Amino acid sequence: MRLLQAVPVLFGVSIITFALMVATPGDPIRLLVGDHASPETVAALRDQYGLDAPIHVQYLKYITNLATGDLGKSLRYRVPVSQLIAQHYPVTLFLVLYTIVLTLPPVFALSVWSAKRQNGPADQIIRLLGVLGLAVPVFWLALLLARFFGVTLGWFPVSGFGATIPAHFLHLFLPALSTMIWVVPILVRTLRSALLDEMNRDYVLTGMAKGLGERQIFRKHILPNSILPTLNLFAVIVAYLLGGSVIVETVYAVPGMGKLMVESILARDYFVVQGATLVFAMTTILVMLAVDVVSALIDPRVTP
Amino acid sequence: MFVTGLALVLVWCLIALVAPWLATHDPYAIDFVATLKPPGAAHWFGTDNVGRDTYSRVVYGSRLALYIGLLGVIAPLVIGMTVGLTAGYFGGWVDTIAMRLVDITVPFPFFVLVLSIVAVLGPGIENYFIALALVGWVGYARLARSEAMVLRQAEFVLAARTMGFSHRYILLRHILPNALSPIVVYVMTDVTLVILFGAALGFLGMGVSPPAAEWGVMIAEGQSYISTAWWISFFPGLAMVLIGVGFALIGDGLARMLRIER
Repeated sequence: MRLLQAVPVLFGVSIITFALMVATPGDPIRLLVGDHASPETVAALRDQYGLDAPIHVQYLKYITNLATGDLGKSLRYRVPVSQLIAQHYPVTLFLVLYTIVLTLPPVFALSVWSAKRQNGPADQIIRLLGVLGLAVPVFWLALLLARFFGVTLGWFPVSGFGATIPAHFLHLFLPALSTMIWVVPILVRTLRSALLDEMNRDYVLTGMAKGLGERQIFRKHILPNSILPTLNLFAVIVAYLLGGSVIVETVYAVPGMGKLMVESILARDYFVVQGATLVFAMTTILVMLAVDVVSALIDPRVTP
Repeated sequence: MFVTGLALVLVWCLIALVAPWLATHDPYAIDFVATLKPPGAAHWFGTDNVGRDTYSRVVYGSRLALYIGLLGVIAPLVIGMTVGLTAGYFGGWVDTIAMRLVDITVPFPFFVLVLSIVAVLGPGIENYFIALALVGWVGYARLARSEAMVLRQAEFVLAARTMGFSHRYILLRHILPNALSPIVVYVMTDVTLVILFGAALGFLGMGVSPPAAEWGVMIAEGQSYISTAWWISFFPGLAMVLIGVGFALIGDGLARMLRIER
């Protein structure tokens, strides 16, 4: 069922990116070929992209082009947008996954701690993090971290991506750390309330009556049951991190999608901007679908 | 906590109001004799690479931040509430259309969508406001819709219907006032985000354009000097944190007082 629901969403997403394309000022073909192209070339390209056709035909053309992976051409690099995205996408994916992995230990520690001792110090920390996560500008935090850990202490490189996998981990540590401040409070809040819900269920009492230890009940029953609602948040988290990557990659000069997007906007490289926007949205949709499938595997009551 | 937040926001409003008296220098005055001076008696927060006084620029920046934050939420708030309340109250095809519209914006990271709209419209704060109006209403609409869906079942609403009041009257006089409190909490969060994203646009060179005394722009200007003259970027960022914490604390406090789970 959920898989079918993704179809209208995909349709809607393509309409939004198409609208962005149509709303772009100036003739995209003129931008593509420059001022010196012959009228024949322009006419041929207009035909290829179907720009003289009525709007719904243009949209169909756009969709067919998308289906074949044709996102247009970069005005700046003179290469297909899909090629640029193929170069930059893995970097951002690496960064997002890395950030999520780094996020898990503090999220688990804080949520479990606060669920076990309500209104204790952990709750105060969570509240503070929630407020700071909202108020601290990520680009500023990223700059300060770069200055302190990168320049003053010299522990981490402050720009680039590195050439080897261990180097990637080292290079992306500070960027990942900077976006964590957004994500940790959201995840902690959800996991904490799920834990509290589960702790008051009847099966906990049953377990106790059976003589199971408190630790065992928590590890084997409460925690797994609490993961599911938190898992559902993952698409939101990925969307947040992708949005954050735009800022953080710019600060740390990480050659990912975010940096590509910002540079393309500044250079008025419209096709790349729209391609990147589309890929960002597609990523979120894929994560949503993946979460649905995984949820169904974990809990048979959920139908994907 | 709520009082601290309120006090912070009021202090910022005051600073913005009396900025000319608080500032020690002209925020735009270039002084090549006093470039990159560290914080001291003459320049409390130091000076930047062209000798402008960081303290005075931070003080004047509060005007832009409040202007962006308070004006930026109006259109999303009005559009989102109208869409959400009508969708939740009437249900049916109105609701279906509204929710499909909401669904298709969900996969886009919010900041990415704002960026790509600004990319089409061109840099500038007015275009940021347009982008916010186009996509920012979604959060309000979801919230207002879920409130209205509960309220339309309420006995006083049913009673008002039987007494023959029009839908319009019921929406404005019964549904709206009762749906307001979670929305007000959300507004506080949203003001923080709008200020933050506005500054992020400035930082990336797509918002308020230099040489304006805007905090995001200032942080960007200090970026190349971060290892030698940290104060250029540090103080505007600190100001952002303090204004953001103010609004966030008000939201947090209101949520607790009104017993709204966030």
